[in-house]
Amino acid sequence: MDELLRVEHLSVALPTRSGYHKAVDDLSFGVDAGEIMGIAGESGSGKTITALSLFGLLPPGARVTGSIRLDGTDLTALSGKQLRDVRGRQIAMVSQDPATALHPILPVGTQLTEHMRHHLGIDKTEARSRAAGLLKTVRIPDPERALRAYPGQFSGGMRQRIAIAVALAAEPRLLVADEPTTALDVTVQAGILRLLDRLCRERGMAVIVITHDLGVMSATASRLAVMYSGRLAEAGPTSELLTRPRHPYTRGLLDALPHPEAGPGMGTAPLVPIGGSPPSLGRVPDGCPFHPRCPYAEATCATARPEPVPVAAGHLLACPPDPLRVSA
Amino acid sequence: MTNPPWRRPLALAGLAVIGAWAVIAIFAPLIAPDNPLAQKFTILAGPSGAHWFGTDELGRDVFSRVLSGARITLPLAVILIIAAMGIGAIIGGVAGFFGGWVDNIAMRVADLVFAFPGIILALAVAAALGPQLRNAVIAVVVVSWPSYARLVRSLVLSARSAQYVVASRLLGASGLRVLFTDIRPNAAGPVLVLAALDIGNAVLLLSGLSFLGLGAQPPTAEWGAMVAEGTQNFNDWWVGMFPGLAILTVVLAFNFIGDALRDMLDPRTARAVRNI
Repeated sequence: MDELLRVEHLSVALPTRSGYHKAVDDLSFGVDAGEIMGIAGESGSGKTITALSLFGLLPPGARVTGSIRLDGTDLTALSGKQLRDVRGRQIAMVSQDPATALHPILPVGTQLTEHMRHHLGIDKTEARSRAAGLLKTVRIPDPERALRAYPGQFSGGMRQRIAIAVALAAEPRLLVADEPTTALDVTVQAGILRLLDRLCRERGMAVIVITHDLGVMSATASRLAVMYSGRLAEAGPTSELLTRPRHPYTRGLLDALPHPEAGPGMGTAPLVPIGGSPPSLGRVPDGCPFHPRCPYAEATCATARPEPVPVAAGHLLACPPDPLRVSA
Repeated sequence: MTNPPWRRPLALAGLAVIGAWAVIAIFAPLIAPDNPLAQKFTILAGPSGAHWFGTDELGRDVFSRVLSGARITLPLAVILIIAAMGIGAIIGGVAGFFGGWVDNIAMRVADLVFAFPGIILALAVAAALGPQLRNAVIAVVVVSWPSYARLVRSLVLSARSAQYVVASRLLGASGLRVLFTDIRPNAAGPVLVLAALDIGNAVLLLSGLSFLGLGAQPPTAEWGAMVAEGTQNFNDWWVGMFPGLAILTVVLAFNFIGDALRDMLDPRTARAVRNI
């Protein structure tokens, strides 16, 4: 498949009281058209900042280096006006909390048609009928009535579907979903994930799902990138990463997950938390940022910064000791 | 709604009074028994069947003058509130949304205006521009816009960081677009309430300026100016009292309506007030 998005050596430094600190550090990844890619990591690992940098909507004062190429166009080099044409039209975002992502006192129809008309230059009637079609696509019953309703009249899952419809309105080629299921309960989560999966296949749209929940990834994402402290820890095909994690951090995240599907007996294995907490911005340790919490840390880990290197086809690992090496 | 408008006697009374004054303002020439400027009657005659509100020192019918005064005060008050609201909302919206030095300059100018008692500043402006009804209106606008600017700025500040505003930017909306489509609806309610409460104030200020001779000039039949005439003829109470009552009823009615609007549009204040 064609590569739609290519991020190369992206670093984002944010201003804090004690100077600039890198929230994203030398991150590279690519997303193909029609693919769902997952970015996983704890809070503060730089997932959301990475997403916002795609839109050029970082907090004021942020410094960005590296390149973000969407179909060859470097987004970091665009002017404000050009960026606004990319946002919504080429890349769109679905945010975390459907309760607040929709305007509480504007009808759903207005919110759906507003930027659709702006980006596509179509008239009100056409926008209206397209909006109804979109609501049908995201499985909202009675779309015509939903267009006149207000967000408060829908449940959380429905609102997230509407928020996805709003993001899809101008037919973007890349959809970024920032924790799309965090605020929803489990059954609704599955529905939203199936919806994303279907949209991705039907429209050939690329989707980046940002989450801290590896369980969300296992069913949807074809490839997974695990971030820690603004850096790439490990990236590769989801099934490989989840069954044979190579990075101690990926392993730690998996061990911290309950596995009810493993059946009685196996599901009773105690959950293993990762000791310590992720470093705060500005207190990132030298060397591998994970080494203070890593059970496999060696002396060199405290000094040498690990770079992601390919260890198998499409599998990148930033852990030179590779303690969890899979014997072939 | 537990308390619909028709269950609020004060709001109803306010609406009725303003409605009556609006009808009077529109049809004054038809209703008024005499020409408000014609000096053809006995001077300073008390209220009687022929002249319900008596006549003034130049032999004009006070009843006719009070009725035609509505044609001046009501439209001007509405126009000047709309102007103050528009200017204040734009300045406050831009200041709140863009922040930085724009915000600093706009808010310091607003503070400057707030630092003076309204009537004093309005007096100074009207005096500087020259005593004329138009200048009095400008003066009242000058002292009225900052409260709108502050209100709108605070509403914009709280809405600016809302998720749906961020979402709108993520979908490609420009700053001004966000301000007008996403933030404006949030500000509309509170601003309208403030305007309804403020319009009585505007009537009072405008009449006050005319009373002090800085607004409407003789022989215009304006309520403030008529009250001023009344003070020249203190023993003939009807000259000043009837235009004064007109001002009183209009201001009171607008305040009732404003209060009711606030209670209806903002249930939180209504509850807070009830709990006191």
